[in-house]
Amino acid sequence: MTEAMHVETDVLVIGSGGAGMYAAIEAARAGAQVFLLDRSLIGRGGATVMAQMTVAVALGAETPDHWGYHYFDTLEAGRGLCDERLARLLCEEGPDCIRQMDRWGVGWARQDNRITQVMAPGHDRPRCAYVDFLNTGPAVSKTLRAVVNRTAGIRKAGDLLIVDLVRAGDEIAGAVALHLPTGAPVTIAAKASIVAAGGLTRLYRRNSASANMGGDGYALAMRAGAPLLDMEFVQFFPIGHLAPRLVGMDPIMWDPFRYKLGGRLLNADRQEFAHRYGSAEDGKYVLTRDIATYAIVREVEAGRGSPHGGAYLSFEHCPEAELRQAFGPVIDRLAANGIDLTKMPVEVAPIAHYHMGGVAADERMETELPGLLVAGEAVGGANGANRLSGNAITEAMVFGRRAGRSAAERATRMDRQPFRPGAARASIDQIAGEPAGTDINTAAMIQTLQATMADNVGPFRTQAKLARALASIDDLMLALGTRPVGDGGAFDMQRLDWFDLRNMLAVAHVVAQAALTRTESRGAHQREDYPGMVPEWRINQVARMNGGRITLASTATVALAAAQ
Amino acid sequence: MSEIARLKVWRGRDPGAGHWASYDVPFEPGQSVLDGLRWIRANREPALAIRFSCINANACKECMMELDGKTVYACTARLEPREMTLAPLANKKLVRDLVTEIAPPAERFVGR
Repeated sequence: MTEAMHVETDVLVIGSGGAGMYAAIEAARAGAQVFLLDRSLIGRGGATVMAQMTVAVALGAETPDHWGYHYFDTLEAGRGLCDERLARLLCEEGPDCIRQMDRWGVGWARQDNRITQVMAPGHDRPRCAYVDFLNTGPAVSKTLRAVVNRTAGIRKAGDLLIVDLVRAGDEIAGAVALHLPTGAPVTIAAKASIVAAGGLTRLYRRNSASANMGGDGYALAMRAGAPLLDMEFVQFFPIGHLAPRLVGMDPIMWDPFRYKLGGRLLNADRQEFAHRYGSAEDGKYVLTRDIATYAIVREVEAGRGSPHGGAYLSFEHCPEAELRQAFGPVIDRLAANGIDLTKMPVEVAPIAHYHMGGVAADERMETELPGLLVAGEAVGGANGANRLSGNAITEAMVFGRRAGRSAAERATRMDRQPFRPGAARASIDQIAGEPAGTDINTAAMIQTLQATMADNVGPFRTQAKLARALASIDDLMLALGTRPVGDGGAFDMQRLDWFDLRNMLAVAHVVAQAALTRTESRGAHQREDYPGMVPEWRINQVARMNGGRITLASTATVALAAAQ
Repeated sequence: MSEIARLKVWRGRDPGAGHWASYDVPFEPGQSVLDGLRWIRANREPALAIRFSCINANACKECMMELDGKTVYACTARLEPREMTLAPLANKKLVRDLVTEIAPPAERFVGR
């Protein structure tokens, strides 16, 4: 029987993106001992570091603003499904976090010593701060990493993959991890555990986040018994880079170009087309994500797509000096990829970008299970059926801070670790056990799942496509089996893939099942066989796993008694 | 006749006892070396150990390795239709195949 290495901490933080690092800092400042871990390197592998876009907050630096207006826009975008407690928290505390980040030296773009705030689709006024050039996410990550490093009481470890949360009765008492460099199991006793492992974009062939975002956090919480919310709502970013091939750049990079310069979205005939789908552009960037995605997909289906199956995005009308002033060194990086925006358009197409759904939590970021908290994209409900642009980093900071505070409060209250080694036994045996005899290619299976999800559970869904996806997911689950493959040694990619696939397949199943059940079209969930919103569907779907079986139920959306 | 990139990859867990393995990868202009390595994993050898997370954005800085003796990021080095030699970083502790210990010491897990 393999013995696991063991660690004890007050607060365990799973994932070191923006939400996880903010949570770790806040918990440590409140006096808790914190263990911050990541499956890859600390502060480098999540979604935050990839974000080149903007952060929405009602600072009122550019024009007078109030969090109530931001809240109104967030609820509008969410198409009636937002958890109003969480949406309010995001909008109300966003400015405070932005100013704290400013004091920590993130370097928000400024003009005349005021933080610059730009207009973004769905907002009623200029509200979105950023860091030049295309550097918002990297700057946020770097700043938080520096604060983590100088905050006493935070122990850090990369290359630790959480395999399961560990229960003690109804509570969560810690987790079991696989130490990737050695293959050894590690148990972690924690008075509070915060899941900040991000979203699920890795389930799709083309996506804008890192390879780490395979829905681990959702799967861990669901297997431990916590309910998931709104899992059918996957946001597609309409103008992800498609062609020509770009290396060294994030595929969502065209969004800031559009904020600053407008740009023209064109079909194969080099004609603008967005107006035919209900939203004229008129040289400005006002097109919301769901309409833009719809317009591009429809043009491609009508045979008017660009050569690689998307739309053209053109800045050919912008003078070179203007491009350089707006994006400086980025213009040189494009040139190194053979792209001269004054002479050619690029091709763009919708790309999986963000997940609105997630683990159900209250405004303290506590889940139904005592000892289990969530933060950032792992949280469900704040953004309803469609996220407003700029809200992702805001929620990472606000929810991270709140989760860190709540977790520290719980740890201070508790005088014992409820963790019992016996509860971790099955997970340890999976990590360290002999390989299953099955001959499967785990890397190929991940690609098969990504193709299935992209082709059948993309932005436009039908009963037939969703049924096909569920059948394919079931086949993959069967092939995966119940015992890990690989030799279990140092950096065993097959065993890593096996644990990833187990999570990815469970989460993919929930997404497809929830999409099949919701017989209407709302926000990011568009059913071609059920067009239009249905008032009766203004409810949240809740998924649970019981003994390996996934069940769905619906609940009323959480509303605040009296707004403000 | 489509072109081929031949990736000659160092494999092993002990710096003194590794071997070279060659994989022929279908070549398309614009691809990165990391694209080639991911193709090998999905089509030839799922056990090949590589480290990456952002795939294409040069944000995570994890995919450092040696290409023809020079340190590169596999995600920004272009795949070419010729033999390309890939080895783990020589100045870092080997973990397996192309994976080395690159985290700062304070961010590594130490048991007990």
